[in-house]
Formats: sequence, structure tokens, C-alpha cells
Amino acid sequence: MQELHTYTPHSRIRRILGPLFAIACVLATFSGVVVLSILLGSVLSTGLGHQAGRPWYHLPQNAWDLGQLLLSLATKTPGESAQTTGFRVGVVSSLWLLGLVTLFAVPVGLGAAVYLEEYVRPGRFKAVVQTNIANLAGVPSIVYGILGLTLFVRGFGFKPFALGYSIWSGALTLSLLVLPVIIIAAQEAIRAVPTTYRQAALALGATRWQTVRDHVLPAALPGIMTGLILSLSRAIGETAPVLMVTQASSLLNPPRGPGDQYVPLPLEIYNYAKYPDPADQTLAAGGILLLLVLLISMNAVAIVIRNRSGRLNRN
Amino acid sequence: MSTVPPPGRETPSRGPSSRETVSLSDPVIETRDLNVWYGSSPALKQINLSVPRNKITAVIGPSGCGKSTLLRCFNRMNDLVATTRMTGVILFDGENINGPETDAVSLRRRVGMVFQRPNPFPKTIYENVAWGARINGYQGDMDELVESSLRRAALWDEVKSKLNQSGLSLSGGQQQRLCIARTLAVQPEVILMDEPCSALDPISTRSVEDLMDELKRDYTIIIVTHNMQQARRASDMTVCMLLDDSVSQENHRTGVIAEYSSTEKLFTTPSDPRTEAYITGRIG
Ligand SMILES: Nc1ncnc2c1ncn2[C@@H]1O[C@H](COP(=O)(O)OP(=O)(O)OP(=O)(O)O)[C@@H](O)[C@H]1O
Ligand SMILES: [Mg+2]
Repeated sequence: MQELHTYTPHSRIRRILGPLFAIACVLATFSGVVVLSILLGSVLSTGLGHQAGRPWYHLPQNAWDLGQLLLSLATKTPGESAQTTGFRVGVVSSLWLLGLVTLFAVPVGLGAAVYLEEYVRPGRFKAVVQTNIANLAGVPSIVYGILGLTLFVRGFGFKPFALGYSIWSGALTLSLLVLPVIIIAAQEAIRAVPTTYRQAALALGATRWQTVRDHVLPAALPGIMTGLILSLSRAIGETAPVLMVTQASSLLNPPRGPGDQYVPLPLEIYNYAKYPDPADQTLAAGGILLLLVLLISMNAVAIVIRNRSGRLNRN
Repeated sequence: MSTVPPPGRETPSRGPSSRETVSLSDPVIETRDLNVWYGSSPALKQINLSVPRNKITAVIGPSGCGKSTLLRCFNRMNDLVATTRMTGVILFDGENINGPETDAVSLRRRVGMVFQRPNPFPKTIYENVAWGARINGYQGDMDELVESSLRRAALWDEVKSKLNQSGLSLSGGQQQRLCIARTLAVQPEVILMDEPCSALDPISTRSVEDLMDELKRDYTIIIVTHNMQQARRASDMTVCMLLDDSVSQENHRTGVIAEYSSTEKLFTTPSDPRTEAYITGRIG
């Protein structure tokens, strides 16, 4: 015979604790949302400041106006007064950086992740590499700036390898900065792909590469995209490391190629924000809006790609 | 692949029945003194087996006796498990599959495998069948191949109107037949099936069994099953594996062949008392 136990269900405490926990979770969620909306609101109200005497004086009438305003802000080059100035230099520089970082960091990051997940057998080598990558992801960004200065700008003192304060240097530095995060995110996504797909593919006589190309990577794509977008957003939003690898604090004309000097958008914003003049402050806020638009469009692209690739997995 | 047993482990003595191999004139797959280890624990001991061509060979035995391990040896899927080591020889069409001139990738096309759980790719039904053929460089008409493979797997009529839907939208039994069709599309010589019906209802099970009977004209089938009736119904030859009690321990199990003969004989007049005990449900 089994011994009979009495149960002490604590029903009342549990009835209270359950909802309390739910409320705590709701608060946690909304603290983020609230901070974000305060931030956005203050940037918007500063950026669109409507008192006379401020640059781009009037509050826009509607969304079309707002678009026009941002567009002119994005395309104008620095002028004499705050009214005629714009962030063309920053926008062009940042787009160059974005493109080149994508070009460098994405293939290298994906390649490393595939290698680590699909080819390396678990063991000491993998553990050492893995730990290194995880640590690199936590290195402060200014350190990458210093690394970029020595490695790319100065080429370790070898003239032929020195890239100077060009977009090349900036893009390579930022690529190094985001690589660890790209690798780790892609590894997670690849690891989450069920092994049964791999087994099924290999059992049909596929090579490892065919398996990875046609099954593992497509299934991991949504996760990989998330990591990529986060990393690329970080790359174009970073200020500290580019401070080390740009020379100009402001330029009159946007760069025309990757060998030119550049001032990325965050740095331009920083430059305006430094000045006490409210007109400059407003400009800085306008720049932040531009940066946000850029980031949000990148996220939108990621979401579209994620939904596309998720279609077959679902029904 | 080394043929020397690992240190500290002399060649296991053969039981009276493990030596008994059925003599066959034209085996497709033949193993000689096959031993497999996972790390340092033996999983298979002294397996001698000749699998006849164009027949269905069933492998039965209690859980953990190494049936899946044996199957994975035949298409070298065990290569993917880092800790496996094997000794002995496996011949496929008279050729050592672990020899230097045999390449695991091309071997796996010729020795196909259907898994315990249906595992279609998250792609369209068409693509599920076509993919294997395409990566193996199939030159013919792909639509035709997809149709004939699905027909052979007795699935065509159910899916012909929705070839562009996801393979995952099918029922479990349909998914398993899709996996069989996918295997057929690369035209293997041997099909290994590891408990292909364990996730299926009786009707789907029946259709897979009928299918196997149909397929054995052109293929050799080796099927692992826990279902005695299925082994009896569907197979020509039966391998009964058992745990080797002298080596098996709590945390690892070692399998040996208790008996290998025609299904008819094994189920009616088993020569090994342990076989009889297992098939009548007294051990295992
Ligand atoms: N990847 C592995 N690593 C280590 N040990 C393993 C591995 N796969 C199987 N084994 C061990 O080898 C033994 C045989 O396993 P196997 O899967 O071949 O048994 P099985 O006969 O197919 O069992 P079941 O009927 O439950 O499927 C078991 O003791 C198992 O624990
Ligand atoms: Mg098994």
C-alpha cells in the first residue's frame, strides 16, 4: 500500500502570486516601450521644433510635409546657416559604410558560423575558438577603434598597407566590431535546424556543402537575418570606434568613393549636438530622426525576408 | 578504418549461434566479424550477416541491441557520430564499403535510408522528391521522375493536385511515403528502413508494407521493426538480435545476432531458445 500524504496547496497565495508575476512581466515590457516613446517624442518635438527662429521653422502640416522635410535634411550639404544645412555627407558616408560592412562581415561571419557548426568536430579547438568569439563580442567598441587605427589606418606602420582615414578603414573596423555578434547569432540559428534534415539530405547522397546550402542555411535564414540586422544597425549607429578612424570632423562634400574621407551620420549628429546653439540642437535631433528612419527601414527588410522564408515551414 | 580491436578488448568469443550464417550465393551486403563501439562501450559484437538480393530482410530485437547501429553501418551514417569505431568488414556488392576507394557520399546514394520518424524537407512535395535526384546530377525529365517515384510510393493520387504545397502539410503516413518516394528518386539498390511504421496508424502501416512487397522486385530492403507481426507478414528473412548479457551493463548495451534464418523458420521452429523466448514475448 502506498502511504497517503496530505497536500497543502496554498491556494490563496498561489492565486495572488500568479497574477502578481504576470503584472511584473507587463511592467517589464512597458518600461522598455515607455522609455522608447519618451525618447522618440522628445526627439520628434525637438527635431520638429516650431518656434520661429529655429531652423526648418514650422511644424509640418502632414506626413507628406514631414517626408519632404526629412528628405531635404538628408540631401542638403552643409550650408552657411542652420536653415540651409543638411546631413548629405553623413547619410552618404553611412550608406557606404553599411554597404561595405555588409560585403565584408556577412560572408565572413556566415562562413565562420557554418564552419564552426557543420564542419568542426566538438573538441578543444572548437572550445577555444568559441570562447574567443564570445569574449570578442564583449570587447568595448572603442578598443576596436584603436585596433582599426593601428591596423587599417596606419597599416602597422607599413606605408603600402595603410588605408588612411578612408571609408575602407572605417568599414573594416566596423566589420571586425560586428563579426562576433554575426557569428554567434548565425551559429545559434544553424544549431536550431533539426538534425533530421541533415540526416535526410546526407542519406540521399548529398555532400555536406549541398546539405548546408539547400537545407541548413534556408532553414536558419530567419534567425541569421535577425542577427545580421541587429549587427548592421549597430555598425551604422556606432560612434566611438569611428571617432578613432576618421580624421575630418566635418566635410563640405560627401565622399565619392571608398577611398575618400568620410563623416558618418552619428558623428555628424554628435558634432551638432555639442554646440550650445538651439538651432544646432534641433539639427542634431533631425539627424537622429534620419538615423531612425534608416534603421527602421533595415528592420522592415529583415521582417519581409523572414516572412518570405517562413512560408513553407508553417502550413 | 582500423581492423584492429581496441586495446584491452580481445576478440569476443562467439556464441554457438552467432557463427551461424545463412549461406547465400549472391548477397548484396555481407558483414564479416563486424564490431562497433561507441566510445569505449561495445554496441555490436561479431556480426556475420549476408543479406540476399531482392528480398526483404527484417531485423528484430529488444531496444538497445544495436539494430539502428547496424543499419547505419550499411550506409556509413555512423561516420557522422564522432565516437564510433568499428572493426571487421562490410561488403556491398563485394566491395569493402570502408575501403579507401569507396566514398561515403556515393555509397549513400546506392544504399538509401528511410527514418523512423517521417522527416520531409520543409519544401514543396515536388522539391522533396526532386532534390535528391538533382544533387546527384540526374539528367532526365524531372517531372517524369517525380511522378514515377510518387507512383511507386503509392502517393501520387493523393498529392498530384498539390505538388507545390509543403511536404509538411501531409499526414504522417503520407509524409513517410513521401520520404520513401524521395529515396526511390535517387534509384538506390538497397533501402534501409529503420522502424518506418512506428509513427503510423494501422492503415498507413499496411500501405507501407504493401509498398515494400511491390518494391522488392527491384530493390533489396532491410527493415528494422519492433512489430513481430510485421516482420512475419512482410519479410523473407529475419535477423533476431539480442543483448549480450556478458557485456551489457546498465548504461550501455551490446547486441549480438541470436539467429538468422528465413522468416518462416525463425518464427515457427527457432533453433535458439532465446529467439523463441523473444518472439513469444518472454524476454526483451
Ligand atoms: N550516438 C550514440 N552515441 C553513443 N551511444 C549510442 C549512440 N547511438 C546508440 N548508442 C548506444 O548503442 C546501443 C545500441 O543503440 P541502437 O540505437 O542501435 O539500438 P536499437 O536496437 O536501434 O534500439 P531501439 O529499438 O530502441 O531503436 C545503445 O546502448 C545505445 O545507447
Ligand atoms: Mg533504433
